[in-house]
Amino acid sequence: MNTILKVDGLKKYYDIKGGLFQRVVGHVKAVDGISFEIQAGSTFGLVGESGCGKTTVGRTLLRLHSNNGGKVIFDGKDVFALSNKELRAIRPELQIIFQDPYSSLSPKMPVGEIIGEAVREHKLVPEKELRNYVMQIMRECGLQDHHIDRYPHEFSGGQRQRICIARAVALKPKVIVCDEPVSALDVSVQAQIINLLMDLQKERGLSYVFISHDLSVVEHISDEVGVMYLGNLVEKAPKKEIFKNPMHPYTQSLFSAIPTPDPTIKMNRIVLEGDIPSPANPPSGCKFHTRCRDCMEMCKVVAPEYKCQDNEHYVACHKYN
Amino acid sequence: MVNKTVQAEAKKRMKEIAKSNKAIIKKFEKEKKRKNVSQIEYQTDMHNPNNILEIDNLHTYFYTDMGVVKSVNGVTLEIPQGKTVALVGESGCGKSVTSLSIMKLVSGPSGQITNGQIRYNRPSGPIDIVKTPISQMQHIRGNEISMIFQEPMTSLNPVFRIGAQIDEAIMLHRPDVKKADVKKQTIKMLELVGIARAEGIYKSFPHELSGGMRQRVMIAMSLCCNPRLIIADEPTTALDVTIQAQVLELLRDLKTKIDASILLITHDLGVVAEMADFVVVMYAGKIAEQGTVHDVFLNPKHPYTMGLIKSKPVVNQEVDRLYSIPGQVPNPVHLPNHCFFKDRCDKCIGACSGDVPKLRQVDYSHKVACHLYEED
Amino acid sequence: MAQENINLEKVVTPGQLVTKRFLRNKLAIVGVGILIAMFIFSFLGPLISPYGEYTIFYHTIDGVEFSTENLQGNNPAEIGVTIANKQSPSSLHWFGTDKDGRDIFTRLMYGGRISLTIGFVVVLFQLGLGVTLGGIAGYFGGKIDNLIMRMVDIMYCLPALPIMLIISSLLLAYDVPQDQKIYWLTLVMGIMGWAGVARLVRGQILSLREQEFMVATEATGIHPSRRILKHLVPNVMPQLIVVATMGMGGVILTEAAYSYLGIGVPFPYASWGNMVNVVKDPIILREYIFMWLPPGVFILTTVLGFNFVGDGLRDAFDPKMKR
Repeated sequence: MNTILKVDGLKKYYDIKGGLFQRVVGHVKAVDGISFEIQAGSTFGLVGESGCGKTTVGRTLLRLHSNNGGKVIFDGKDVFALSNKELRAIRPELQIIFQDPYSSLSPKMPVGEIIGEAVREHKLVPEKELRNYVMQIMRECGLQDHHIDRYPHEFSGGQRQRICIARAVALKPKVIVCDEPVSALDVSVQAQIINLLMDLQKERGLSYVFISHDLSVVEHISDEVGVMYLGNLVEKAPKKEIFKNPMHPYTQSLFSAIPTPDPTIKMNRIVLEGDIPSPANPPSGCKFHTRCRDCMEMCKVVAPEYKCQDNEHYVACHKYN
Repeated sequence: MVNKTVQAEAKKRMKEIAKSNKAIIKKFEKEKKRKNVSQIEYQTDMHNPNNILEIDNLHTYFYTDMGVVKSVNGVTLEIPQGKTVALVGESGCGKSVTSLSIMKLVSGPSGQITNGQIRYNRPSGPIDIVKTPISQMQHIRGNEISMIFQEPMTSLNPVFRIGAQIDEAIMLHRPDVKKADVKKQTIKMLELVGIARAEGIYKSFPHELSGGMRQRVMIAMSLCCNPRLIIADEPTTALDVTIQAQVLELLRDLKTKIDASILLITHDLGVVAEMADFVVVMYAGKIAEQGTVHDVFLNPKHPYTMGLIKSKPVVNQEVDRLYSIPGQVPNPVHLPNHCFFKDRCDKCIGACSGDVPKLRQVDYSHKVACHLYEED
Repeated sequence: MAQENINLEKVVTPGQLVTKRFLRNKLAIVGVGILIAMFIFSFLGPLISPYGEYTIFYHTIDGVEFSTENLQGNNPAEIGVTIANKQSPSSLHWFGTDKDGRDIFTRLMYGGRISLTIGFVVVLFQLGLGVTLGGIAGYFGGKIDNLIMRMVDIMYCLPALPIMLIISSLLLAYDVPQDQKIYWLTLVMGIMGWAGVARLVRGQILSLREQEFMVATEATGIHPSRRILKHLVPNVMPQLIVVATMGMGGVILTEAAYSYLGIGVPFPYASWGNMVNVVKDPIILREYIFMWLPPGVFILTTVLGFNFVGDGLRDAFDPKMKR
């Protein structure tokens, strides 16, 4: 197994502007030093609640935003050191699928053009074969040939998400960042899309960064799972390990909050109090200490280290040091 | 050439549809706008006095230019006093339209309740909501039946303080509360929904609150006039899991406190299993299966229900491949005249090509609409 | 039955959808009708009309009418010949003649030509400037955005009317020929009006840039020029078309106002605005309604037509705006 994508201490701050001349008066530390690796052909699941910075991670590692420190090594190349031209050349290999299937397709273009546009731009197939190639990709993604001349407004949410997947897959990528790809879909369609993603992974050896707040979906699709809270990874471990033995108090409460479709199981739920603190003004020490039930004096002052416990199980919590 | 004649045909058809729609809509609108309806006309009797609401063979249609969309196509269900009934289904199955029909808020003029009864057990005597004039409905909406919406961000007016908005609701619906006591009542409501700094929240604006807080405020608002029935339309869909857990806890807690019935509309089976006493599964405007929570989850009968339950991955239960229901929901304009689920069903039998199956009892409280369970 | 299912759902392009929604709007169709009628009247009318724009009509002593174009052997300078001005509507002069003896109906046609042409040219000018500057501001952002938007703010602060008055007297002072005044008028109105368009385009682009399909084009590595031309422009177009249509009505009104004040289209050129100008004379206002009412009605109808069409287009492009 070889590492296809390595994220090392990635940081992304947004400026808070204020005053008469819009000077920078502070930062929102949306992503504050995150590190993980993805092996070729595997899936890394990133979970967390809204506002924890998981979407920003996805977009920053594609260099759709600039970064404020840290590195992203993709296939041996440092993504942030590339020139604009070099970056455009490797763009096809790093793709993204969005959450909202409605705003992620240009409404004024037929489906064939949406999928084939970038293929033509990067000259991945000869112009003559483009239409056939697009149809072949569409079939692979569960769309029909006659859909090629239709416009996005005629498709349902699930089909639109298939078009988005086709657009990404047509570029023969190595890594796809899936940013909540099934959150906006109905349950039965969700299953179809997840199966499609997993089939494509098997056939094409794709690697995924799967961002979601739905833990059950993440558990199903991922090989390794990272839990984010306010811009930091608080825990990361192989899937089986983390679901069997969640160590961080946040992970524990997150897992216990998932409703199970079984009325006989009465959950022993850890209900977190309060809301996520504002990332513009995060708590001191461990960022989770304001909601943590195992909070110690030390947690309020010192930020815990992100350490490997065992079995590649990384946790950032004072309880285990 | 052929294409052209076909197109002309389509155009002609569309014109015909538009014309017939206009006539039908006009009839219903006229009916709606009548004034001075005597109370006798909409009085009715509950089939079971322990029910707060009985929906009987409800049909709500939308007359569009593409044809008639049968959003709710013969739905029958009942909500017992003090119980939670969950309405489950995918988007477009008619679950939201059912709830809007109860409030008589179906967006006209294209959407109309065309048939059926909605019997509501009013303290002053049962009435049929379908026949109740709008003027009378305004007393019931928000007062006796209140609604919690999915989107807490847009359901609060951004320019007024939270306190003022709840005050207004109380003054509107509770003439018995004295003006001086309104604020006290508001704060009591905020505390009831578990807001710790009620005084502080009273003075804040909606944008200062997080999503979970706003949803609490919305719940407080809908509770302020002691409703007998709360319709919660996807109350936790826009919230994070940890916040969702908080809100669900709150709703369960409240139900015991104020003894109201809840109609919970959601697509999340997990939420249903936790909250509901009875479950109604809808598909393409019809009820596929209904029963108690245990009936439906532990012993699902309809292939659609089984598919829904199987297609949702469950934490700590590993499967290699998710079960997925193939195909798509049928086009609501051209519903087939056999079982609507036939084309996606993997348990089809000969009878499935015949008539649309009727809802029939399979167990004490368990009903299902599927040919697989017909005795003969 | 099955066949009908298919053809009701044939491939519909977004353009066809818009057209369908537009055609369903009766008021918009009325607007289109008005505009077509106005264009035919103004641009084809003069070809049919027997009279010219500046043709002056006279009466001989015997009451025989002749004009500068068709003297019929008479001489306007002859004693006893009177100018046939302020004539009531008749079969010869459908809307009568004005105070200088010119046929009002014919001048309405020529006036329409000028008003509509100015409307088009000015709006094109505003769009050109506004789209370029607004597009640059929205796409590149940062300092350029700040600079352009402050320019927009300044443009908004400039009072249009006094500036027109000043320019009008400048033109007079530098002896600019009358026929060139129209070009100056167009230029100034164009420059004064681009700020609104720029602001709209910038706002649109800013919101589009955040849309996920724009992010997707970046992630797929599509060249920036193509992203602007193929993705941004078609999505800004609807709003631009609406603004342009509405703007056309506005410009015609402004032109009329300037001409009414005597700083717009100069005599002897006809424009609807300067034809209304005659109401300054209280006698005409009272006694000769046929002289000022028709141009006024024409202005009103045309602007109304543009607004109907604009509204219809807006509803057609964005059905959610309705209700």
